[in-house]
Amino acid sequence: MPIEINGRTRELETPIMLGELIDAEVTDRRGVAVSLNGEVLPRSDWDTTTVDDGARIEVVGAVQGG
Amino acid sequence: MDDPLTIGGTKLHSRLVLGTGGATSLEVLERAILASGTEVVTVALRRVTDTGPGSLLDVTTRTGVHLLPNTAGCYTATEAVQVARLGREAFETDWIKLEVIADERTLYPDPVELLDAAEQLVDDGFTVLPYTNDDPILATRLAELGCAAVMPLGSPIGSGMGICNPYNLTIIREQVEVPVILDAGVGTASDAAIAMELGCDGVLLASAVTRARDPEAMATAMRHAVEAGRLARRAGRIPKRFYAQASTTDQGRPDLLGPDAPTAEA
Repeated sequence: MPIEINGRTRELETPIMLGELIDAEVTDRRGVAVSLNGEVLPRSDWDTTTVDDGARIEVVGAVQGG
Repeated sequence: MDDPLTIGGTKLHSRLVLGTGGATSLEVLERAILASGTEVVTVALRRVTDTGPGSLLDVTTRTGVHLLPNTAGCYTATEAVQVARLGREAFETDWIKLEVIADERTLYPDPVELLDAAEQLVDDGFTVLPYTNDDPILATRLAELGCAAVMPLGSPIGSGMGICNPYNLTIIREQVEVPVILDAGVGTASDAAIAMELGCDGVLLASAVTRARDPEAMATAMRHAVEAGRLARRAGRIPKRFYAQASTTDQGRPDLLGPDAPTAEA
């Protein structure tokens, strides 16, 4: 079951929680935001949302910028 | 002198907002933030690349500054609104520096997309600080929509050309009720002072400090420039006049040479 996270395609054996995927991307959830299929997902939903087939996920954090 | 700048109900004692883009290291950035005396710094959002400890957020937490996330790199209202929502979620702030640019070469804002995004974000409860053209009409429209401030450019982002159209800034300051923050174009301290002398309520700058040879020293200069410009504005400058006006009175001048002294014509 393919999903896309930050532009990379990943194969998942079974559906997993979004929170698990995020923790694989970052060691610290502070200052991180996530969109799932183009919708910004509140932090409180990360551990209760299942990632489905074809999901498109963006995980973003702070960088220097004017 | 207690002269705070209030934006969206938050009182700021420094009128300088520092952009974090362009600093060569987090150590340099931290020293510049401290030297500038700023209470607000901008940050951008990008896909995470987990760099482990020693992050930008550690710097902003240690220095105790407010975060002002931006929507840098967005070309459409739809994208900018999404990025703003990501920023709110990431940093737990409803403040957003709204940038919707039209053109890579000038980085000028796209007025149509900017207005659209500003309206959506104001409706969604954001404290919107839009980076705008130095167009008094557009700035007025943004203020009327409910933006918490307007942030006209002095000249293109990163150009260091200072304030190319001071008359427009003067008109903007006259026309809008919300704070006016000069955003973009500052190259050196005098540019920041001029912005404040023109009546701007604050100055946002990044490259002028972060790309200076000595960012910490330039940050100090900018702090003083913003304070000096603000003080000068409040103090009230003298009017410009074409001819001289002696500052010393002629009254009581002694006659040291007597009646036979040669005159200048002789």
